[in-house]
Amino acid sequence: MKKMIFLFSCILILSFAASPAWPGGSLLVKNGTILTVTKGVIPRGDILIMGGIIKQIGENIQAPPGVQVIDASGKFVLPGIIDSHSHIALSGTNETGDVITAEVDMADVIDAEDLSIFTALSGGVTMVHTMHGSANPIGGRNVTLKLKRGRPSDELVVPQAYKALKFALGENPKQANRIGATGPPRYPVSRMGVNAIIRRELLRARTYMSQWDRYNEVSKSKSPPKTLLPPRRDLRLDTLAELLRGNLVARCHSYRADETLEFINLSKEFGFKIACFEHIPEAYKIVPELAGEGIGISIFLDNWAYKVEAAEGIAPMAAYCAQNGILVSINSDSAERIRRLFNDAAKAIKYGGLPEEEALKLVTLNPAIQLGVEKIAGSLEAGKHGDVAIFNEHPLSAYTRCEMTIIEGEVYFDRSQYLSEREEAAKQKKEPKKG
Amino acid sequence: MKKHILILFSILFIVASLVFGQNETKPYTAVKNVHIVPVVGDDIPAGTILIKDKFIEAIGKDIVIPVGARIVDGAGFYAYPGMIDSYCFLGLSEISSIPATIDHRETGRINPQLRSTEALRPDSMHIPITRSNGITAALVVPSGGLIAGQSGLIRLTGWTPGEMVIKSPVAMHVEFPSISRRGFQREQAPQEEASKQVIELKDWLNKARFYQKRRETAAKNLLLPMPEFDEKLDFLLPVVDGELPLMISVYADKDIRAAIKFVQEEKIKAIFFGVTQGWKVAEEIAEAGIPAVIGSLYDMPPSWEDGYDALYRNPAALQKAGVKIAFSSQSASLAKDLPYHAAKAAAFGLDKREALRAVTINPAEILGVADIMGSLEKGKLANIVLANGDILELRTTISRVFIDGQEVDLSSIYTELLEKYKPRNKEKK
Repeated sequence: MKKMIFLFSCILILSFAASPAWPGGSLLVKNGTILTVTKGVIPRGDILIMGGIIKQIGENIQAPPGVQVIDASGKFVLPGIIDSHSHIALSGTNETGDVITAEVDMADVIDAEDLSIFTALSGGVTMVHTMHGSANPIGGRNVTLKLKRGRPSDELVVPQAYKALKFALGENPKQANRIGATGPPRYPVSRMGVNAIIRRELLRARTYMSQWDRYNEVSKSKSPPKTLLPPRRDLRLDTLAELLRGNLVARCHSYRADETLEFINLSKEFGFKIACFEHIPEAYKIVPELAGEGIGISIFLDNWAYKVEAAEGIAPMAAYCAQNGILVSINSDSAERIRRLFNDAAKAIKYGGLPEEEALKLVTLNPAIQLGVEKIAGSLEAGKHGDVAIFNEHPLSAYTRCEMTIIEGEVYFDRSQYLSEREEAAKQKKEPKKG
Repeated sequence: MKKHILILFSILFIVASLVFGQNETKPYTAVKNVHIVPVVGDDIPAGTILIKDKFIEAIGKDIVIPVGARIVDGAGFYAYPGMIDSYCFLGLSEISSIPATIDHRETGRINPQLRSTEALRPDSMHIPITRSNGITAALVVPSGGLIAGQSGLIRLTGWTPGEMVIKSPVAMHVEFPSISRRGFQREQAPQEEASKQVIELKDWLNKARFYQKRRETAAKNLLLPMPEFDEKLDFLLPVVDGELPLMISVYADKDIRAAIKFVQEEKIKAIFFGVTQGWKVAEEIAEAGIPAVIGSLYDMPPSWEDGYDALYRNPAALQKAGVKIAFSSQSASLAKDLPYHAAKAAAFGLDKREALRAVTINPAEILGVADIMGSLEKGKLANIVLANGDILELRTTISRVFIDGQEVDLSSIYTELLEKYKPRNKEKK
């Protein structure tokens, strides 16, 4: 009997493992004002999503049999919002036990139950780059997730996204704002120290790589010495070696213009790629350098003056940098701000006069490019994933509200359903069942 | 001699003509052809606002503009009254993580003697930014402890605190003891502790009443000893007299109920601040006739059970129940976002006109300055904002701002820093 149960469970497990990944849903969004972001505005159009992928965008599309139709008349349909810098859906943010923690991976601590996922969905967000914190000069690997609430955590991971490693400069890694903290300070406590410790680790990684190269060369030779031993495996340096080999990109938390330039120098010294600078409130001071290197920035629109290095972060920066050749995205870095990223995008019109479509790109296409997922997300185009947000008014209006959020053709947030469930729950509370 | 007299007379004549000539023309500014949104009363699609000195001399469709008046062409613009932030830390907080720049929080629990306006920094970088978004007045408040101190209303222009203060004190601030969780991070205070603190608060008011009685009787009878000066009680006298309202920070429904009871028992004037769960007890607040200043909507709901949109729909629920509401930024660095809190509430059910009233005339009424501000009306201070659209909209640009009849500079650290680096960036390209 026990054997039978064992066999049965084996079959069950195997059949689950063998089943294809979540196939994605099919639905037709009808009669909405479609803001494609890359191909203009369709005043009254339809989007057909089949098996999670956008099959067709246009007018008067007929729903194939069995495909659910969502009426979007009078509403605005846009690509799902992407947050390029977030810390939600994780059961940890900073590994503060050490100064250099390149070996940790946020993919190991995904919390698919995090209520912040729902908060984000209620603001039209479908994808987040969820990152290690900024406590350490070299943090850990980040992970990009689709907010498929209720699905197992590995189904949230976006495999197409860049593999990225978090770096941090300035006040956080030098622990400048730990006012009243007791105990001896840890190295580093200055910007000199932050740069020096990053350089030290990259030099160590270089040596480590050459140790392995030498070992591999000798071990492949015709008669390797019998006493030949491989170098000691170091997971921290393994990660940094991946960065130096170009298999990982750097995402660097930086605030001051000067420290940012020094980090660009480091990247040239060691030949690694910087995908994006995070926060960087002084980016407007070094526009030619950033534009010239083709490095994007992921910023707050106007959250500022919360520390000294954030006291020269100006609201017109997003528009100014975007108009001068820098790939700009607006991030939340917050489980609260994440639900109003579209409001921040609108502010780029107010502060700097960015055209509407460009403003919308700050929270859709631009973060998609920064994450390396622009082939599957960031705009509404046939062939891309069916990640869609529906708003009652233009998403850049202050009076707008997210009505529905769809990921790969599946509805993950539906305000009207939410409201009717709430009403029902309130009724049941008022009239407790007899018995 | 005759020559001298002649010279003297001609000098007098020149001086007089300069002085009187100025008086005749310069005090008038006319904003013409502008779409007026007076807030009180109907819109005037193409009207004129005539400003004389600090005040609105005339407003309407057919206004005769005095000869020599300065003309401001308002074609294509909307004129709104300057917005009023009903709870903020402007001039009291510069960089939030640096204690050296924070002056709205004192140590100790009972601080009625504190006046926020006496710590005001006119040079705060946040003031020009806020002003440039159409906010012309703000209540700057002390916070923390049980009795936090006195707030004051300031105009967002001026070189010294004295030049900025419109009215001080406006309210005495109390952080009402909480028996419930206010938010996810805040610690739960045990019920006993909270009731003890309410008793303590009532005790302070009673002591103040007794102090006053002793002083009054001593004043009438020289044989009775005059009580020693008591700093705490002395500054509570206007509160127990009913002259100075208490602004009570209170968030959870249970605490709001307790606060209503407290206000009624003590027979004092009160304004509520925060009221995040006000929607649960909206009728009771309306019945008690206590106005509510809404805290920042840039926050999470106080409890998940309230629903994700609890903070957003709260203002509409309060307004519909008949509570007079006003919005606030509850900030210094983001005080500029005041209109967007109102718009967010409008996205979740608040009537758009009511949203506008809640940043203009309602705060003026709640803070006791509706006779001089809060709407565009004859006789009020000329606090006027010219915008290219709806003042609560994110995409709207504010073009010109007048405070007390004077046009104010709309540059700020935002524009100054950007202009500083633009040439460098161009050169380097």
